[in-house]
Amino acid sequence: MRTVLTVLRKDLLLELRTFETLPAMILFSVSTFVVFHFALDQSTIAGQLAAGVLTATLLFAGLLGVNRLFVAEREQGGFDGFLLAPVDRSALLVAKAAALFIFLVVLEVVALPAFALLLLGPSLGPPLGGVVVLLVLADLALAVIGTLVSAIAIRTRARDLIGPIIALPLLIPALIATAEGAGPLLAVHGHTFPEGRWLLILALYDLVFALLAYAVFDFLLED
Amino acid sequence: MSSYSRGLRGLTIATVATIAAALALVFFYAPLDADQGFIQKIFYVHVPLAIVSLCGFVLGGLFAVGHLRTGDRRWDMRSYVAIHMSLIFTVGGLITGSIWAKASWGHWWEWSDPTLVSYLIVFLLYATYQPLRFSIEDPERQARYASVFAVVAGAFVPMNFIAVRLSQGFVHPRVLTLTGGRLPGSMQLTFGISLLGIALLFATLWKYELAAKSTRMQLRRLRRAVLGEDAVRPLGRSAAPS
Repeated sequence: MRTVLTVLRKDLLLELRTFETLPAMILFSVSTFVVFHFALDQSTIAGQLAAGVLTATLLFAGLLGVNRLFVAEREQGGFDGFLLAPVDRSALLVAKAAALFIFLVVLEVVALPAFALLLLGPSLGPPLGGVVVLLVLADLALAVIGTLVSAIAIRTRARDLIGPIIALPLLIPALIATAEGAGPLLAVHGHTFPEGRWLLILALYDLVFALLAYAVFDFLLED
Repeated sequence: MSSYSRGLRGLTIATVATIAAALALVFFYAPLDADQGFIQKIFYVHVPLAIVSLCGFVLGGLFAVGHLRTGDRRWDMRSYVAIHMSLIFTVGGLITGSIWAKASWGHWWEWSDPTLVSYLIVFLLYATYQPLRFSIEDPERQARYASVFAVVAGAFVPMNFIAVRLSQGFVHPRVLTLTGGRLPGSMQLTFGISLLGIALLFATLWKYELAAKSTRMQLRRLRRAVLGEDAVRPLGRSAAPS
């Protein structure tokens, strides 16, 4: 547990000092909203369309973070240092997933209001609680799968390409649940809380992949 | 002779006989479907292809677990061949599915059929298996990373089907249930034989490729022993285990 906190603290401190990843993710998401505004040629959107635009944008912005997740470890020998230390290797998975999760939450704290301001027709106020619950569950899925895929891709030659093409199909079920769950929330006079089955799918997805990642992560570090 | 070629002849004959029997049943025994007519017969190819390829993917994941547990590279080769065969079967399944969709619904692609959509997602995921392998040069690491991928993706296959079904399952009833609840007995029998035929075809091709690969490796070893280390050129970078 101490190892997890140490690595997590290192990652957050690194981000605070360099501001390399998070500002890029935020800027990317806001630019994407602008792109969608022109691509769809609509000044406000609602319902399933709004949910789709929001989820797809957050997913792609999240993938930027996934691509950067292990770059410092690879370039500056962090993997070797970690392997030499007498600590549990799964700690790296937990710490990295936690770091990615925090990045995603910060991204959404900025991107969600920006989305409400720039594109969303109906008010975000009433369904905000439901949207937050959905996004937290989706972030967990993205954090776990993203960390696993990033750890696989970082050791390949075409790492910037391999990461996203593996991560996208793996994340499609989570995307389905998030977008379909958020659709009725963002509609005019929509619901205030998502349907239970979407939350259930996301929670199940988080759980299965967390266990799976925990089981296989050690094999990605053996060298 | 490698151990993979043992029993290969018998298996091949059984496969040919079963597929011939299945074709005979499809065209001369199974009744024409009341709604769809002749085109419904593609069901006897499409559904077995889909079932066998999905089982092949899961099998590839199980072999990969064997590789990760034992570190024996032969498990990686089994996993590789299973996944790569399944990928070819999947392309066949998608094409036949598309033809069937065009004939019965009028579109080449039908988003409202959850099974077909999940199948496409699984295909997209496994299509990255070869690029991933090709992108890692060290053979040891290539085998290990590919196995991790195969395990994760193997578990993803059922998860994905559950998620996509749940997203649409309450709206669209299934046309053909695999339990055969609505199929007449003659169709069930034909379907069973077709499924067996395709499964045997998968097993035969899997064994053939493994036999070819292990024979080639043995040949290289022998050449190196006879002609000396320098006479045999090193293998280039490859996505396949060698």
